[in-house]
Amino acid sequence: MNTIDLNLNPELATKVLAGFIRKELGRADFSKAVLGLSGGIDSALSCFLAAEALGPENVLAVRMPYKSSSQGSLDHAQLVIEQLGVQSLTVEITEMVEPLFEKMPDMDNMRKGNVMARQRMIILYDQSEAFNGLVVGTGNKTEILLGYSTLYGDAACAINPIGDLYKTQVRQLSHALGVPDEIVNKAPSADLWAGQTDEDELGYTYEEADNLLYLIVDQRYTPQECVEAGFGEDFVQGVVRRMMRNHFKRVMPPIAKVSNRTIGYDFLYPRDWGT
Amino acid sequence: MKKLTLALAQIETKLGVLEANLEKHLDYINQARDKNANLIVFPELSLTGYLLQDMVPSVVTRPTQDDPHFKQLLEASEDIDIVVGFVNEDDRHRFFNSAAYLSKGKVLHVHNKVYLPTYGLFDEGRFFAWGDQIRAFDTPHGRIGLLVCEDFWHASPPYLLWLDGAELLLFISVSPGRGLNSHEELESARWVEHITQAYASLYTSFVANCNRVGYEDGFNFWGGATIHDPNGELLAQGPYHEEALTITELDLNQLHRTRARLPLLRDERTGLVTREMNRILAERGRAF
Repeated sequence: MNTIDLNLNPELATKVLAGFIRKELGRADFSKAVLGLSGGIDSALSCFLAAEALGPENVLAVRMPYKSSSQGSLDHAQLVIEQLGVQSLTVEITEMVEPLFEKMPDMDNMRKGNVMARQRMIILYDQSEAFNGLVVGTGNKTEILLGYSTLYGDAACAINPIGDLYKTQVRQLSHALGVPDEIVNKAPSADLWAGQTDEDELGYTYEEADNLLYLIVDQRYTPQECVEAGFGEDFVQGVVRRMMRNHFKRVMPPIAKVSNRTIGYDFLYPRDWGT
Repeated sequence: MKKLTLALAQIETKLGVLEANLEKHLDYINQARDKNANLIVFPELSLTGYLLQDMVPSVVTRPTQDDPHFKQLLEASEDIDIVVGFVNEDDRHRFFNSAAYLSKGKVLHVHNKVYLPTYGLFDEGRFFAWGDQIRAFDTPHGRIGLLVCEDFWHASPPYLLWLDGAELLLFISVSPGRGLNSHEELESARWVEHITQAYASLYTSFVANCNRVGYEDGFNFWGGATIHDPNGELLAQGPYHEEALTITELDLNQLHRTRARLPLLRDERTGLVTREMNRILAERGRAF
């Protein structure tokens, strides 16, 4: 069995990822970035990388609390803003989403969470125009593979510097870059209600998920080989099902082909076309 | 002492914008000439950028005096030899991922990439035609072999060039960076460095690799141009992930000394290779 080693070299990772932000924004004629800062580790890391790439004055970090968001989240986001000296803005979303919640009294927490994520996307894309910066994504490889995000909500962005880093790698790089310990060490949470954590909802820890995903995705193990490597069969099947069921979030919507040349199938250009 | 001052230009390119890329080439050519370089090498698809997809037919340049882009490069080659990467189109309108060697206003050689990676993150076979020749060629600086990226991942093209008399193997590439782990360099960089060094040692030749830098969509290209001598020693290396012009003076007499110590080329049993190759083809031909 391959040794599972998700350690990465922080200097090299920072060089590649900050370079990616700087160059890809530059190709689109932008030099500024906008991102939502939740107080969690993923957006903190994206913010650190964007500040490194563009200079803190060219980064706008937006805090977008809902009334039930914890004060801790807001405080942790503020720590990042103050430590980096990035520009910041706080836009409370409560008064924007409440009218919809009131119209839909049977709305459950999942629906409410999606509405909040999409409301935050609306604010970020509006600030993108106002600040003349592109929205930098904050989704990591683990959550993208598990589909643990809201389509057109927190998953929406112009570029994503951390989408090929597993959660445990996000933690390692964040620690190396000086993201405050209280952010690195706290339990990851969507912060929709008090005490909610990702790992409770998923039913396994990120470390467990990362090790398994690394074998499946990076090392091309079959599910059966993962079981033979020591992972529980139910766990393996559950993760594989989750990856497949949520694949739609990772691709563009299919277009029904009727013409001789169709976007996505035989009209193929890179994003960086002509730049 | 016979010398060659070699300049490896690990540049960024604009994707599909020939004019901007040509301008950068001319700028680097001037820099190299001012530093008395005899030969400047640019990376794979240096005139066009790499991730071309459906842009391929619209970024064609032809390695002739009539072509407005090559005309300028050929003029520049009066003072310094130039290797450039470009999209070539033949009379049958097949498009190739190609490299040209220019010297004193003439095109001495064009190599059409023979091995087009079409797997994993690569999709070249979809957009390009496969080249079908591997030939060494004579230049004012000795006999040279020119290969493009995946060509040198197969052991046979450098082997053929060695038998064909090449003393300097010029590799040009656009290697997407990948395999970020706890090492100080990317896995893709280490893989390429291992094989280029091995070719220098096995073929007792100078081996230069010019790999580009920059980003295209989510791909990063790591640069790190290298030149190894016929003993397999690293003579110089460009930085990772940054544009640079790496200039090295090669003492070509090292070929004489290394090959006197280690006569691998003298002893290579090409007749035996051919016989066994024919047997393998006869017995297992369908596999190839």
